[in-house]
Amino acid sequence: MPFQSTVGDYQTVATLETFGFLPPMTQDEIYDQIAYIIAQGWSPVIEHVHPSGSMQTYWSYWKLPFFGEKDLNVVVSELEACHRAYPDHHVRMVGYDAYTQSQGTAFVVFEGR
Amino acid sequence: MSKKYDAGVKEYRDTYWTPDYVPLDTDLLACFKCTGQEGVPREEVAAAVAAESSTGTWSTVWSELLTDLEFYKGRCYRIEDVPGDKESFYAFIAYPLDLFEEGSITNVLTSLVGNVFGFKALRHLRLEDIRFPMAFIKTCGGPPNGIVVERDRLNKYGRPLLGCTIKPKLGLSGKNYGRVVYECLRGGLDLTKDDENINSQPFQRWRERFEFVAEAVKLAQQETGEVKGHYLNCTATTPEEMYERAEFAKELDMPIIMHDYITGGFTANTGLANWCRKNGMLLHIHRAMHAVIDRHPKHGIHFRVLAKCLRLSGGDQLHTGTVVGKLEGDRQTTLGYIDNLRESFVPEDRNRGNFFDQDWGSMPGVFAVASGGIHVWHMPALLAIFGDDSCLQFGGGTHGHPWGSAAGAAANRVALEACVKARNAGREIEKESRDILMEAAKHSPELAIALETWKEIKFEFDTVDKLDVQQ
Repeated sequence: MPFQSTVGDYQTVATLETFGFLPPMTQDEIYDQIAYIIAQGWSPVIEHVHPSGSMQTYWSYWKLPFFGEKDLNVVVSELEACHRAYPDHHVRMVGYDAYTQSQGTAFVVFEGR
Repeated sequence: MSKKYDAGVKEYRDTYWTPDYVPLDTDLLACFKCTGQEGVPREEVAAAVAAESSTGTWSTVWSELLTDLEFYKGRCYRIEDVPGDKESFYAFIAYPLDLFEEGSITNVLTSLVGNVFGFKALRHLRLEDIRFPMAFIKTCGGPPNGIVVERDRLNKYGRPLLGCTIKPKLGLSGKNYGRVVYECLRGGLDLTKDDENINSQPFQRWRERFEFVAEAVKLAQQETGEVKGHYLNCTATTPEEMYERAEFAKELDMPIIMHDYITGGFTANTGLANWCRKNGMLLHIHRAMHAVIDRHPKHGIHFRVLAKCLRLSGGDQLHTGTVVGKLEGDRQTTLGYIDNLRESFVPEDRNRGNFFDQDWGSMPGVFAVASGGIHVWHMPALLAIFGDDSCLQFGGGTHGHPWGSAAGAAANRVALEACVKARNAGREIEKESRDILMEAAKHSPELAIALETWKEIKFEFDTVDKLDVQQ
């Protein structure tokens, strides 16, 4: 009988922080997360960077932070516009919290190559 | 007006029981749970506690007429029943600000929980809470970095930090130890931790550990593209040794070190926190020995006091128990003191065990660390209880995975992110915990195996120390 190990080989994966270990989100799932950002009273911010610079503290802003933007559709169309303009870049969605001066959340929506 | 010296023994309550006193904003207020010897009136017990923890001694002394004791004395200004307990009562005591050295938690505790705890007229005494006045808080350094800066340094947003303690906690060589760190970090943890018992023993001297761990951290960071860290324990025999280890961690470009603040002591802790602030180093705080002091419901110091003291003395992360794991901790009480670690204002709320309004002003917040006997099945409850500003640490729940620590780490990371995603999408994560985890496991064989491995493990014992609220 051939030897069969029950132990799997865990391969290291390069990830992009929060939600990096989940499968790519569907469009509806991304909408849910953006709706959460808006519901928390945070400002939506879109940032992008070439994959070679993913560990930099500062990614480029897409336009400016969308201060006070409450319309989910506006945020989604800006995300798509950013992705169209920089198809090979990582694009991340940030929920910026001006009260704590921190990011309430941040996750990558489009992965560049 | 000057007074005459009248030698002898007066009753404490003549001087230290002042029910008409209105506490000042600058007073340090304390609530003690007192259990007196039989036959001693409450007012006398309470006044004795106020006296012995401030200016008083058992006899009148001539030299007290050289000063104005009315200005310096502590006063008991209120006595309250303990709900459901006839033998004990709460004494509220106000201490003038000038009784304490600026910024010295050591000095505050030496007064408040010094001799008085051995006082014969008391059977038990427990310090339940302290209201630190803003005037005192402003003299303390506090967390060297705080939650916001720590997130920025580690680049972690929108979720709790994920960590684990390296096991076995004693006996690994430096090189083997570094291997386990590497496995955990490459598997998806943000941080790993020296066990508190690891200092610099014959099987693994500190310098060996620091060097191998630094290599592991840097390699994992390079391979995963995420920021990683390991709490290098700098708790040592002497302060000089402690600083030497901290300096070496900095030389190795490590982001975070660690200290045991109760066994190491508040003076050492405050010193190390100051060093961290100067050197841009994060500081993780362990709390070994706390249960000796805080677990008995009628004697000692409640952990909420020790937690407040740590926020003032300095630390960026503090262990708080898990509520759901193997170690003691009731949910409401835990919420009460993690508020005091993280918020800028915490209102009085007896249902959470907070006896006073506590204004923290601009003092940065401390991450609450949940560690001890937790595994993937606990993830939804942990996220619901602790929220994002916490660090969840799975020791056995990482290394105990059948495929090893890297897979165990990945399982925990998947579970955590699935819970955060579900919470943000408006799902009730505690009620739907099973569905959320099982769905996530479809995409992660590591999580599927972890769920199978720990499916029956629970720690359902009643808490020893409960809140004193009428049921």
